[in-house]
Amino acid sequence: MDILRFITAGSVDDGKSTLIGRLLFDSKSILIDQLAAIEKQTRNRQDGEIDLALLTDGLRAEREQGITIDVAYKYFSTPKRKFIIADAPGHIQYTRNMVTGASNADLAIILVDARNGVVEQTRRHSIIASLLNIPHIVIAVNKMDLVGYSQDVYNNILIDYAEVAKSLGLKDVIYIPISAINGDNIVDTSTNFPWYEGESLLHILENIEVYNDINLDDPRFPVQYVIRPQREDLHDYRGYAGKIASGIYKTGDKVVILPSEITSTISAIEVSGQEVQEAFAPQSAILHLADDVDISRGDVIVNQNNLPQLSNELEVFICWMDHKPLQAGNKYFFQVNSRVVRCVVKEIKYKLDVNTLQKLDAPDKAGLNDIVNATIKTASPIPFDSYKKLRTNGGAILIDETSLLTAGACMIQDAITD
Amino acid sequence: MSSYRLDYLDHLESEAIHIFREVAGQFEKPALLFSGGKDSITLVHLALKAFRPGKFPFPLVHIDTGHNFPEALDFRDKLVTEIGEKLIVRKVEDTIRSKNLTEQKGKFASRNALQTYTLLDVIEEFGFDACIGGARRDEEKARAKERIFSVRDEFGQWNPKLQRPELWNTYNGKIHKGENVRAFPISNWTELDIWNYIKRKNIELPSIYFSHERKVLEHEGQLVAVSEFINLEPTDIVTSKKVRYRTVGDMTCTAAVESTASNIDDIITEIIATKTSERGETRIDDKVSEAAMEDRKKNGYF
Repeated sequence: MDILRFITAGSVDDGKSTLIGRLLFDSKSILIDQLAAIEKQTRNRQDGEIDLALLTDGLRAEREQGITIDVAYKYFSTPKRKFIIADAPGHIQYTRNMVTGASNADLAIILVDARNGVVEQTRRHSIIASLLNIPHIVIAVNKMDLVGYSQDVYNNILIDYAEVAKSLGLKDVIYIPISAINGDNIVDTSTNFPWYEGESLLHILENIEVYNDINLDDPRFPVQYVIRPQREDLHDYRGYAGKIASGIYKTGDKVVILPSEITSTISAIEVSGQEVQEAFAPQSAILHLADDVDISRGDVIVNQNNLPQLSNELEVFICWMDHKPLQAGNKYFFQVNSRVVRCVVKEIKYKLDVNTLQKLDAPDKAGLNDIVNATIKTASPIPFDSYKKLRTNGGAILIDETSLLTAGACMIQDAITD
Repeated sequence: MSSYRLDYLDHLESEAIHIFREVAGQFEKPALLFSGGKDSITLVHLALKAFRPGKFPFPLVHIDTGHNFPEALDFRDKLVTEIGEKLIVRKVEDTIRSKNLTEQKGKFASRNALQTYTLLDVIEEFGFDACIGGARRDEEKARAKERIFSVRDEFGQWNPKLQRPELWNTYNGKIHKGENVRAFPISNWTELDIWNYIKRKNIELPSIYFSHERKVLEHEGQLVAVSEFINLEPTDIVTSKKVRYRTVGDMTCTAAVESTASNIDDIITEIIATKTSERGETRIDDKVSEAAMEDRKKNGYF
């Protein structure tokens, strides 16, 4: 049994909450008291049927306004898998929430209303999924009951979306016709789609291979904490604690510590309190080195035969998340995993139209939910990989120096070389 | 099956260890809030994985409401002795006296709300900048929106509309003086995950989690242990039943469930078959209003 993290993109109008409610309900993850609470609220609101959306809207303001404001996490499991759903709102003013939910999703379910086909919102969600490099996309064509379960309608949407997928270079796209409200193709395949030869949505979610998405080729180990017991019997113990971002580490590996570029050899590895010969992503581990070298939090231990890029000038995509606009020339803290350095946003190159992927003229400021391409200079070199190659070592956050809020999400594209 | 695969419990464990180490790496004075329940016992176990053979870079802090199950207190003291870590206990009783707080009245007068005062006092007394807690997102719908690092203002208040976005595994722990962070390493665990982990790691628990004979009072469908903290009325019917606890909070606000499950396997079987959520079945304090938890969190509760 493993874990699948997925995000659902779409709005209430697309039936997103109904779909989540349906998955939870049909997998028996909604319990009697929770259902009773929803029934009570539905009565309070005096509008008829049980509203499965009330399951996902956790805050009073959300329930009152009937909207989803923030990312909510929901859990269910089947004998095959544990599922973590990041339920993010779909409208453009909540782009930052979708980006947040997408950042560690293995899969995105993008809902398309069968009556409307591929619309602006579908493109936006696909662009965000592509920018955040979500490995698997499921296009769920919903409300098929309202178009008479028509294969033609479905096929036309597939043709339209194939264009979108092609333009974004989306690799793994799976299509499925559903009716969330009726439960068609959700847990079991429905007889309403005699022409559909694929599996049910839950079957897809249970069986999609996510193991291959974990990078085991490029060893990256951001040091979080140094363990020194300072006890007589463990006088020489010095362990570098962290979570392996990618790759495999073995005792005897020749390593380099970045950014200092000091070299050493792995002398021992511990995982979960046991000494082991090798450890792999995404395990938390303690590495020991043969030499007494100076390593602290924020350093990255990598293999001598496989180096990340090291640069203090970076080209990035930034999704802006703060009410205070981003201005070229502003300084921020730049955090990649455990490494925090100061940086300046040197230039905003262009703004991305998240509905069309068009490059818009460089604005002097970027506002909340804007996605821009920019150049950043950091106070000291950053060991990184391009976000496209390695999500776990190519994503960074910008922190406002005075408010200390997380103001932006950066997807590092490349180093800037003169 | 390749050997480079983690199953879901190893995955959750690794994530929790990572969060523990982020707290240790980012904060000057963290603390681990320890209640004596299964979730905080699991937290201690995970902290051992994160920091041994070193010492914990934080003390355990127990906010003692005075309404605890004696079994949970005995267990707490035994565990602390075994692991050789520091425990700080602060009593709600003392806060009530020194701050002249008004206690709840009624049959099941609870100190659940008052413990927030003691918690905020202990944070101030020691200058804690991060408090690690065992809250899980599956427990309750307001908690489903909670970040792993949740920033609280100097009044300990949670502002759900001003939460920091949290991306990848990158946690922003930067705070202003007077603010503090609540950090939740087991956010992504469900009740069943906790029990499966306890089983796999053979983690010891207080005896009240297993079936035992207890004198209880039936109140609105819930079984409440008879204790000195509950004001019995002459019409109350007290019976003796085979029960166990799904959650362990105060004796006044935690209800027992009828059960003959005397070992972890039996408990897991019961939980898989159950039709009621953990908090719904056993927490008297969540039933006050739809937003009971959201309101308490806004006031500084976990």
